[in-house]
Amino acid sequence: MAVSPGTTNRVPIRMHELPITESILRVVLRHAEGQNVRRVVTIRLRIGRLSDLEDEWIQRYFDYLSAGTVAEGARLEIERTPVVMRCSACGASYEAETGRMGDLVCPACGERGGTLLSGREYHVKEMEVQ
Amino acid sequence: MGDEIRLIEVKEEILSDNIRLADNVREGLREKKTMLINLMSSPGSGKTSLILRTIERLKDAVRLGVIEADIDSTVDAEKVAAVGVPAVQLRTGGFCHLDAAMVTRGIEAMETETLDLIIIENVGNLVCPAEFDTGAHRNVMILSVPEGDDKPLKYPLMFSICDLLLVNKIDYLSLSDFDMVALRERVTALNPRIAILEVSCTSGAGIEKWIDWLKGEVDAFAGVTAEAP
Repeated sequence: MAVSPGTTNRVPIRMHELPITESILRVVLRHAEGQNVRRVVTIRLRIGRLSDLEDEWIQRYFDYLSAGTVAEGARLEIERTPVVMRCSACGASYEAETGRMGDLVCPACGERGGTLLSGREYHVKEMEVQ
Repeated sequence: MGDEIRLIEVKEEILSDNIRLADNVREGLREKKTMLINLMSSPGSGKTSLILRTIERLKDAVRLGVIEADIDSTVDAEKVAAVGVPAVQLRTGGFCHLDAAMVTRGIEAMETETLDLIIIENVGNLVCPAEFDTGAHRNVMILSVPEGDDKPLKYPLMFSICDLLLVNKIDYLSLSDFDMVALRERVTALNPRIAILEVSCTSGAGIEKWIDWLKGEVDAFAGVTAEAP
């Protein structure tokens, strides 16, 4: 099973994939409505690496929730977007490793830490339909 | 039509429904001049003890209500109600966090017109509650000394969304290898604007500083709303 960054050394909590997956399905069905969609084939998502969601569980919950809808059987393609920080001293932006978020050092000036620019996205990009 | 594959651009935030609802909660309470604080932590770090301490100290100065969230029990709400403060228990029915829809139901069950401050005691969990905006005006988290100083490395999102970190159970410091300096560095690296206070709900150490912070926030909130058109 795939283990996403940040979930090592502990048992990941599975629950919040469910409400997120419900929201994905709601968005997908809304966009399929009135578009003469027979079935949804692929759904492309962008999810920030700071999220603890496991791809496998999103797909599982999606399969369960989408049964009987036009999205039944759709494959989720999840693109993980990096965690990007902006240095609070020099303003440079840099990509952070999610496993070492508390030990961040700006590669440009050596200052510790900064402000989160991205890494928390939950975005439905597009979908392929028939 | 046929069976050819077509592309539909969606470009939509998955959590937009919750964010919208959370904004409604925030605005609605602002109009009623009731501040909402979301308190989060692991199970057993002292959320209920902190709330009880807070009630004890602020009951006469601030009109306070509590929304308790638990997966399936009413123990915490009973403790709060027993000290004479309006408390609503939300049972999340298996969910690991509160979302803005659940908070809306909790607020509807309270007489917000008569309250200056509502504290949400979120489900004990450092993962899921960080992802879901409750509509609170401020996010506060507790980390207790026995949990260890490495938690910012494991749960960065939680530390990065909070306005205040309370390090609780400092009476255990002498018994542990908890490194307060390292903790502060790690937390500040994730979130430079976070305030950090060291407290013990058992001994009462540092509680005055927490009360000052809270009172300051409530007063500032009331001041801002009073000035608003």
